[in-house]
Amino acid sequence: MSEKKATLKISDIDMKFKNEVKKIPGGERIMMCFQCGTCTADCPIARFSDSYRPRKILRMAQLGLKDKVLSSDQLWLCAACYTCVDHCPQDVEISSVIRALRNIAVREGYMPTVFKELAGAILETGLAYKIPELRLKRRQEAGLPALPKANVESVSKLFNQTGFSKLVQKGGNSNART
Amino acid sequence: MPELKYLLFLGCAIPYRVASYEISARKIAEKLGIELVEMPDYNCCGLPLDPASHDVMLTLAARDLCIAEQQGLNIMTLCPGCAGTLRKVNKMLKEDKHERERVNGYLKEVGMEFKGTIEVKHLMQVLAEDVGLEKIKETIQKPLTNLSVAEHNGCHVVRPQKHIGFDDPENPKILKSLIEVTGAKCLDYLDETECCGAPIIGVNDKIPLSLARDKLTHMKAVNAQAVITVCPFCHMMFDTNQSRIERMFNETYGMPVLHYPQLLGLAMGFTPEELALKELRVDASKVVSLI
Repeated sequence: MSEKKATLKISDIDMKFKNEVKKIPGGERIMMCFQCGTCTADCPIARFSDSYRPRKILRMAQLGLKDKVLSSDQLWLCAACYTCVDHCPQDVEISSVIRALRNIAVREGYMPTVFKELAGAILETGLAYKIPELRLKRRQEAGLPALPKANVESVSKLFNQTGFSKLVQKGGNSNART
Repeated sequence: MPELKYLLFLGCAIPYRVASYEISARKIAEKLGIELVEMPDYNCCGLPLDPASHDVMLTLAARDLCIAEQQGLNIMTLCPGCAGTLRKVNKMLKEDKHERERVNGYLKEVGMEFKGTIEVKHLMQVLAEDVGLEKIKETIQKPLTNLSVAEHNGCHVVRPQKHIGFDDPENPKILKSLIEVTGAKCLDYLDETECCGAPIIGVNDKIPLSLARDKLTHMKAVNAQAVITVCPFCHMMFDTNQSRIERMFNETYGMPVLHYPQLLGLAMGFTPEELALKELRVDASKVVSLI
């Protein structure tokens, strides 16, 4: 990782941002992170990336660098293996804090297209992938029971109730491929 | 022994890409006297959408839990992602009154209410806790004593420990013991507990492929003759993507990747055809020839 010195502008800081993160389940303990770096040392993704550092994401969020964190492609690299959650000496659910940050990013209009595709498939079929006819035919040939018909009406209602439908319509302006 | 009857939660990835896991799991379940009931109108467990909206994940998972409550049956999943999500949400909604009321507010719209009357287990948990090694041992007809394999656990079966509470994520032993009961040897290898990287495929491919390559290299270094998985995503990472990894790094692994039920099924005396071994991308005939 480059050790270039960066200057923080006071105008880039949103002092209330940490409170926004704390309100989302899993994000509550963000301020307990004391930057020991265990999460990053034990992160399998960080080992193979020269830019993904969960410690740094947490610090930026603590400081209130909202726009920088939310627009960062790195935010989408956590694989949710939960190693950091098990190892954190401060009991910060690092990967859940990152998930909380992603939820806020989506609200702010940063949604990688892959989530739009997944959401579309779930709305249409109840499952995250549209299962091709050929697969369904092969299930039958292999003697597997037919897949149940999903209740897409219920799924659609839940999407609306949670406000997710609106987010999907709004989202997708970031492809977040790194 | 508890009644071995479960609602089978298939999830999305298995019917989409990994039928061989389902075919072999149904075979061994039948042999062990596990009754699997098809789950009516289930939806995705919600995990894939958790990064986009925690609430939509919670409600999708809760709806599945409610279906199981209506059926009066515990859930068994084959996918660790589904198991981890449904277990975590089930536990949270049982313990946290505030969250339960909030989620029930959403569920009311679809005529459902979470009551907290069922349990969720991954196949591995059902085998280890409900069936038990002794009973599995009784079904072994062809011990796989010539075989040395590596295990790959699948993160969400064991982590995070405080939400899952199954096995020791730092030193997992249960899949090892389930492998050893077949007569095969289970080898230790470097970074054994590490993730395969699959969840970020689609956002970034280079990192997970490098990660999976690292694991394959370590498995090969201890002369593993196959990798045993219990997750459709880990399986795709090592099996479906193996040729891609070989091309990317100009290396050859030729490492067969079997679903655990395929390994157990072979030891039970099922034929490779019955266990859908031909559907594996990496040829597993070397493994079969050692039986």
